[in-house]
Amino acid sequence: MKTDITWAIGGEAGFGIMSSGTMLAKTFSRAGYGVIASNEYPSLIRGGHNFVSVRITTATVHAPKKSIHILIALNKETIDLHKSDLDLNAYVVYDEKDYAWKQEEFNHPITLISIPFSELLKQKNGDAVMRNTIALGVSMFLLGKDISLLTHVIQDQFKGKGEAIVTENIDIATLGYTYVKDHFEALHDQNISEGIIKEPQLVMNASEAVALGSLAGGMKFAAIYPMTPINALIPLFADHATELGIVYKQPEDEIAGINMAIGASLAGARSMVATSGGGFALMVEAVSMAGVMEVPVVIDLGMRPGPATGMPTWTEQGELHMVLHAGHGEFPRIILAPGDVEESYTLAKTAFDLAEQFQTPIFLLTDKYINETLWQLPREVLKTQTKGEIHADTDALPFKRYDRSTQSGISKRSFPGQKDHEYIANSYEHDEYGYTTEESGMRKTMVEKRLYKMKAIQAIIPPPTVYGEENADITFVAFGSLKGVVLDAMQTVKETGIKVKLIHFSWVYPMVEETIKQLLEKEKRLISIEQNATGQLASLIREATGVTIAEKWLKYDGRQWTTEEIIERAKGMK
Amino acid sequence: MKEDQFLTATKPTWCPGCGNFGIWMALKNALTKLAIPRENIVIVYGVGCHGNMRDWMNVYGVEGLHGRALPVAQGIKLANPNLTVIAITGDGDCLGEGGNHFIHAAKRNPNITVLVHNNEVYGLTTGQASPTAQIGMVTKSTPTGVVDPPFTPSSLGIFAGATFAARGFTGDIPFLAELIRAAIIHKGFSVVDMLQPCVTFDKIHTYQWYRERIQKVNISEESLGDKKQSIELASTFGEKIPIGVLHKRVENTSEDREIVLKNGPLSLLPTVSVDTLELLSQFQ
Repeated sequence: MKTDITWAIGGEAGFGIMSSGTMLAKTFSRAGYGVIASNEYPSLIRGGHNFVSVRITTATVHAPKKSIHILIALNKETIDLHKSDLDLNAYVVYDEKDYAWKQEEFNHPITLISIPFSELLKQKNGDAVMRNTIALGVSMFLLGKDISLLTHVIQDQFKGKGEAIVTENIDIATLGYTYVKDHFEALHDQNISEGIIKEPQLVMNASEAVALGSLAGGMKFAAIYPMTPINALIPLFADHATELGIVYKQPEDEIAGINMAIGASLAGARSMVATSGGGFALMVEAVSMAGVMEVPVVIDLGMRPGPATGMPTWTEQGELHMVLHAGHGEFPRIILAPGDVEESYTLAKTAFDLAEQFQTPIFLLTDKYINETLWQLPREVLKTQTKGEIHADTDALPFKRYDRSTQSGISKRSFPGQKDHEYIANSYEHDEYGYTTEESGMRKTMVEKRLYKMKAIQAIIPPPTVYGEENADITFVAFGSLKGVVLDAMQTVKETGIKVKLIHFSWVYPMVEETIKQLLEKEKRLISIEQNATGQLASLIREATGVTIAEKWLKYDGRQWTTEEIIERAKGMK
Repeated sequence: MKEDQFLTATKPTWCPGCGNFGIWMALKNALTKLAIPRENIVIVYGVGCHGNMRDWMNVYGVEGLHGRALPVAQGIKLANPNLTVIAITGDGDCLGEGGNHFIHAAKRNPNITVLVHNNEVYGLTTGQASPTAQIGMVTKSTPTGVVDPPFTPSSLGIFAGATFAARGFTGDIPFLAELIRAAIIHKGFSVVDMLQPCVTFDKIHTYQWYRERIQKVNISEESLGDKKQSIELASTFGEKIPIGVLHKRVENTSEDREIVLKNGPLSLLPTVSVDTLELLSQFQ
């Protein structure tokens, strides 16, 4: 019996590859396993190669693995592309009608399992797109689990489409299960032991977790122009706007989106936008406006490989510098980069409180990998939420929206409708009431007022999280979505006798100079591991603390660092 | 005379004789007549000479970015539909930099009013041609005359979906005030194209030039809903320039389509308790 298995399915786009990954992940999550599902696909709707891998472990899991134990190939290309990733004695499920694979065509021994997908579907008059459902049935047997675990998920997944659809899907999944049981009864090498996770889990991607976290943070208005990889936010808001008590608006472009969000915020609604690098480039002028007007707004930026349209459906951490410097002029900002789905929820929630508290743009820096990977979120986490209150001035008149007398630089707000609290939210430099000014003293005061907030922000920024062993031989430094893969690799690296540590930033900016300097300077060997070509985190650390991280492990091929790649490179250092 | 409740400590900086003075007066007269409590009015300004009005207009004001007044105005209205939201824009701001926002706002039909200061030039940058500049007009950016045909703001608005359109002239303040008042009362996206001379950078389109051409039209309620006829009237600009209400019909507004707004402003809605949401079942 195994405790850690990677199952994968590949085929042409349009054949339900993604949804079968989701179904299998949910099936095993419900049964107490750790699951994580990651996908790879080109920027096409039909045709092209789609691929999902689900890693199933008996305990909690941090990252997917490249090495595959069970590969379901709904076309020949899947095996062509992924046979080098097969584990020793992996099971390869295919249809010999597509191509009659022979053992000699593989690098090492594997088990070929031909399933007559089309024949089986004919028996039930099933559509060709239901081959994935047969595959799920087959997989349940190969993993050594009862088909009922899967049929419960099918039932819940399809119940909205009527009883007939539910029955058809269950029948077809069962057909696959029975066929492989009858013809390959002896195959038990990929059976998995019982899962030990007791706490109820939800399965979702980071976009969905950001959406839920935003709601928990009192978000009431979202204007999101569609863009990969943050699209999963949209149906969550759009389909349920009434239930959630929010307005979701699809703007004509990202410029309109952020300007709408700023408008809603001025009228008292906690608001947000979400986009990727190209869309964010369009928003930049308005980010600067939110800075000078001191308007709370949350910006979720899902990074993908640039420049320009780049590789829309792949991953990168290439926009840290852009977000650091986005917007002309000088004003405060906070950059948060969640490392997993739980942090996506909690930091999204926190972002809205920070925006309200500091009245300035707050960034959530996510990426394609974290936004489209399916993770588990302990259901308990959703119990944490904020009141989502907005705070209006009630002090003695006259009301000074931009009162400069506060030490923190934070002045009280008012909202249209509030009597005797009129002011101008002004994109020009302004005085304490919002009136335009070009007077040198007032200009200087107002610049300082806004930047005082940076000090107040620094006072509440938590230090980076440290994972791993003391007196480490190597210390990884990373931000955002690299958390999971590094943590996962560390388990194996540790076993080779190398002491390893991770200093992970999910609160990326501002950096508190002394804290971080002390943390880094005591380490023997620092390695900045990043998903970009220029080492943007290392360069921010150097700018903020003076600490130079000479060693950089950089990956910028659009594919997330894998556990295996990190392990191999770490072992090579011995 | 009643005290001007809209005055601030700042005095206007527009050039003497600027058409903006007439527009400002007309707007204040319309708002006074409507008797909307001052705190319930939000004016979103574009960037241009028109936008400088923010400093001498005592209501909630938002001075946005060049071209972006309309998305901000829509965000405000969608967050609190109880507010009277007016966008003050210019021909360059609204139709040049902000053209995409203008047509999409018209398409959605939010209950906001757009006042387009139309003088055919960019005044604040000292006199370049705007998208409404007539062919042949010599400006700083068109030394041999404008070659690209102009827009008429109201015809573009009607075509894109505006449910109210009017054209007025800053030289006739009572009439313009009446148009602005009608636009604000109208439930839906209302556009008022306001013809104004730029006394500094345009020596052709003087008060006199407009007075010789404008003709007040009085169209029956039924005919006002005829888009084709309205567009034709709105596009007429030359020897004859029709002014008055050019288009009016009733449609659902952008806010009407947001069921949640029936409960009032978003700021008053409670934060949902996430862990009890029904939609969580999709993640199980």
